[in-house]
Amino acid sequence: MGERNETKMRRRDLLALIGTSAGGAAMYRAMSSLGFAAESTYSGPIRLDGDPKGATVLILGAGLAGMVAALELRKAGYRVQVLEYSNRAGGRCWSLRGGDSYTELGGGTQRCEFASGLYFNPGPWRIPYHHHGVLDYCRRLNVALEPFIQVNHNAWLHSRRAFDGKPQRYREVQADFNGYVAELLAKATSQRKLDEAVTREDQEILLSALRSWGALDANYAYTSNLASSNRRGYDKAPGGGVAGAPTPSKPLALSDLLKSGVWQSLFIGSNYRFQSTMFQPVRGMDMIARAFIREVNDLIRFNAKVTAIRQDANGVTVVYEDTTDPGKPLRATADWCLCTIPLPILSQIEMTVGVPMQSAIDAVPYAPAVKVGLQFKRRFWEQDDGIYGGISYTDQPIRMIAYPCTGYGGAGKAVLLGAYEIFGVYAYEFTSLSPAERVARAVEGGARIHPQYKDEFENGIAVAWHRNPSVLGCEGTWTDDLRKQHYQNLCAIDGRILLAGEHASYWGGWQEGAILSSLDAIARLHRRVLAG
Amino acid sequence: MGAPPRLRLLLTLAASLIGAANTSARAEPADLRFSNPTRFMSQSGEALYADICQGCHMPGGVGAVGAGTYPALARNPKLAAAGYVLSLVINGRKGMPPFGGFLTDQQVAAVVTYVRTHFGNEFSEEVTAADARASRPR
Repeated sequence: MGERNETKMRRRDLLALIGTSAGGAAMYRAMSSLGFAAESTYSGPIRLDGDPKGATVLILGAGLAGMVAALELRKAGYRVQVLEYSNRAGGRCWSLRGGDSYTELGGGTQRCEFASGLYFNPGPWRIPYHHHGVLDYCRRLNVALEPFIQVNHNAWLHSRRAFDGKPQRYREVQADFNGYVAELLAKATSQRKLDEAVTREDQEILLSALRSWGALDANYAYTSNLASSNRRGYDKAPGGGVAGAPTPSKPLALSDLLKSGVWQSLFIGSNYRFQSTMFQPVRGMDMIARAFIREVNDLIRFNAKVTAIRQDANGVTVVYEDTTDPGKPLRATADWCLCTIPLPILSQIEMTVGVPMQSAIDAVPYAPAVKVGLQFKRRFWEQDDGIYGGISYTDQPIRMIAYPCTGYGGAGKAVLLGAYEIFGVYAYEFTSLSPAERVARAVEGGARIHPQYKDEFENGIAVAWHRNPSVLGCEGTWTDDLRKQHYQNLCAIDGRILLAGEHASYWGGWQEGAILSSLDAIARLHRRVLAG
Repeated sequence: MGAPPRLRLLLTLAASLIGAANTSARAEPADLRFSNPTRFMSQSGEALYADICQGCHMPGGVGAVGAGTYPALARNPKLAAAGYVLSLVINGRKGMPPFGGFLTDQQVAAVVTYVRTHFGNEFSEEVTAADARASRPR
């Protein structure tokens, strides 16, 4: 220990040391005192110290959870084999490009016709700044990142039932909403209606804050003037030369604004998971998968459909078949099994596990989700609408249009996200359409916001996750009750078998969930192995 | 004049697919899909099947097999027990999500009746809205 005292121990090394010796709870307490804990439970590269003496692990699924485990367990001295159902690794970390062919359950086949260099992320598409696990693996595996634009003040907010169906600019809606609320609150303050809630001294501060926040005039009113235009935009923008003076714009009527409901989209970007700065990998989300594949591809057996997971005192046996040569049961054995198979599939696989884990596996349905990528001849959203990246929202089933956060100002073709519906009625209805119908709906819906769709649309591709043959759903949908009943049982080691994946996390549907659950699982597995 | 050729082709394709019997056939005069984000609005069993169930169980109730399986509803003896089917639709089971929160008792009865009397199934005894209500969790 004397040597360590002399060298400056890095914060991460200290945390990792605490983590492996004393477990997660101790690490969390240590992290709190070092200022990290509020953001993520990721504390730096996992350290699996101690000799596993060549123990073997079968990993089921080569998505991010499986590949993280394969990478780290092999580094720690385990002998690892991965079985993957499909013919590629990455799981839901996936990008579609021109030339790709995708066949969904039901046989609908789509051939992506995107121009060279264009892509679409049908699964995860953005990374929060506090998803330290994902970001750290990107650093370690040299995956280049660029900003993902969540909020664009010049994007459209649209409702079929408001403003005669005319889309409104985000900046106008936000400025007017804030302005009117500030005006009302300032009025209440000045009329002494807040005397019981706020001291006089604080009311003065509040009034000043409201004036700034809402761009109120000297009378604490929200009106058409250059101050409010400095938030919402101008009728005639500032220019140069003799005709350079701007003209203020006129706010929307408060009642129209409130009734429209378009203000609901204003709060999305404030959500912890959508706050700036957000990231995406350069050239496609699957760059993360490709980086892992470069490390662990030799460990993966593809086209392996698991049909049974059995264990006894001596080890685990997984029965599977080669989907390119079906009908002949094959067997893989190991000391331990880390299973990352999505639960709708796992619940159909015969497993030798106890009732608690089996009940947990059987308890969690998966959410429906549909994403549609559309290619256009030109970036009309930039050239005509002045929208660079970011997201327009609508109350139509397409829910949103998300513009590419890359290649700004390009003159050629580009791909945008033309629909993203998750959870609930519209997502199920979208799933029930054929691929071509989904694309047609996305074009129809988007055209109400961007009339340019008619002239500029070229082709599209649609992914409905309940029809994805590898997942049979988008993501696990836990409720508070289900977590209370089943979550710990899902995560616990059952004999020689344990689970990982976004479904075994509190970041359901996020890659961080897959990674953190995998690291937690292998840390516990390693402690069990060392204990003998 | 009118939509450019490529868009017209796509919309024609979509329309013909929408009209085709084995994609999303419409039995009702009005297309009630995508009209309410919190509830399915179609009323007939046929329309509800096309709006919801065929997403997984496929047109014709043929089911699908990938890494896991969506059971075929066609000629499926498990549909004989009406209570079982009602409970599945309302509460879900394993990979099948619960739909009770999105459907009225009448709609549940309609779609359960539909699957039990189509796709080669002939379980024709009446299933009513009251039966559906009785299958909801207390």
